Amino acid sequence: METQGAHIDFAHVSVEFDDGAELLTACRDVTFTVEPGQAIALIGPSGCGKSTTLRMSCGLLTPSEGTVLVNGAPVEKPRQETAFIPQDLGLFPWKTVLQNAALGLDIRKVPKAEARERAQSALQQVGLAGFERAYPKELSGGMRQRLALARALAMRADLLLMDEPLSAIDALLRESLQDALLDLWRQRRHTQMLVTHSIEEAVYLGQRIVVFSARPGTVVADIPNPGMGEPDWRDSPAFAEKCQEVRHALASGSAQLADGEGGAR
Amino acid sequence: MKSPLLRKIGGYVFAIVFIVAGWWITAVLVNSPALPTPAAAVEVLLANADQLVPYFLTSAWRVVVSLVIGTVLAVPIAHVCARSRTLDALFAPVLYLLYPIPKVVLLPILLVLFGLADAPKIVLISLTVFFQVLVAVRDAVRAVPESAVEAIRSLGGTRFDEYRHVAVPATMPAVFTSLRIGVGTAIAVLFIAEAMAGSTGLGYYIMQSWSMVNYPRMFAGIIAMALLGVVLYAIFDLIEHRLTRWR
Repeated sequence: METQGAHIDFAHVSVEFDDGAELLTACRDVTFTVEPGQAIALIGPSGCGKSTTLRMSCGLLTPSEGTVLVNGAPVEKPRQETAFIPQDLGLFPWKTVLQNAALGLDIRKVPKAEARERAQSALQQVGLAGFERAYPKELSGGMRQRLALARALAMRADLLLMDEPLSAIDALLRESLQDALLDLWRQRRHTQMLVTHSIEEAVYLGQRIVVFSARPGTVVADIPNPGMGEPDWRDSPAFAEKCQEVRHALASGSAQLADGEGGAR
Repeated sequence: MKSPLLRKIGGYVFAIVFIVAGWWITAVLVNSPALPTPAAAVEVLLANADQLVPYFLTSAWRVVVSLVIGTVLAVPIAHVCARSRTLDALFAPVLYLLYPIPKVVLLPILLVLFGLADAPKIVLISLTVFFQVLVAVRDAVRAVPESAVEAIRSLGGTRFDEYRHVAVPATMPAVFTSLRIGVGTAIAVLFIAEAMAGSTGLGYYIMQSWSMVNYPRMFAGIIAMALLGVVLYAIFDLIEHRLTRWR
């Protein structure tokens, strides 16, 4: 089913944390937009605020400064049509596969029968039909991954946010799951934001690659990636070149920061 | 291949044979009227069954009511304590000081305050159960990862949803584990309370038989009390098992 993807607008967003001892700046002056139906990847060193950016997009966190708009409205609390897949997938071991897939609908007070039906068809879509009554511990890592995806699908989200969802998956399986993600996005055309620290993953799944500097994170490069989604993209020379471009952007992002800090002191 | 069920039953059969054999050998070696052989004990139990039933029911009632009261009070307080830093800072020291105190020493005070019937026994056992469940559940709530709560929040869940989908199911096993373990303590406390005061319950029955030097009757009471413990333990074990199939 096609959805009208959401529009995301970050304008001069900064986030500060008070960890008790000092004020930490997670990200500073982050500005970028995502067009409806676009799939972007956020990449940067650890602690650069890319997860923070994601959490602001789904309303788990509000910026200290600046604005985060989804479809023109500030995100003050979690939105109905946003699906967020956290790093640990957010599955509950005490719920069956079907209950886990239906959880988003359950919380949104969708009638039981409809929730069940939608969850079931989402499970079918990700290839988990027949596992409805299993518990997460009985699933493999890849299946758990697809279950998290099914939950998002059942919600008919127009915005899918993912925080390094494939980081715990081994390399071969990861590629097939990346293909599954790509297929889903192509079918549904929701807006998609993927946080990753794998350059290849970013280039494979992002129409644009937004590169963050180290903490305090800010956008140092916004690299268009028109080849994304082409047949055999992963094996093409252009793919390798794009990976190199991202790698350079990451490196210069870190260098820039080092210079900046030297200048300030 | 042996099925797990068969293996489990086999395990219990072995355990019963082992215990009965050990009992028999000890009884023969000790050769005292205070310790009859298993066969004699069963005989005595059957002979006294009629008069035992009301004592058994009284004791069972006291334990079950106390387990329910203790748990119902402990679980919500444990959740609140574990989720609120301020309350926890306030209650944790109180808990640490009170938890290790054997509640049974309060019995004389409770007898003065509540008389000799059910009330002092129920208060005492509830108190014992309360602290055991409180500590176990409080630790279980704390062990729930923050990310699980956040997953609910990201789905637009309310505080109620956090309890319904995360805190309660995640801590259910802890409730029943602590109850299962608590049964032993509860019955020990019950025995002391009934032995010391009043004229009802199995504790009284056992002590009365003892003072009458009627050892077979005393033994019937002991077996009945053991049975009460085993049955309650088995029930909680079963519930715990059903609730933790996801583990």
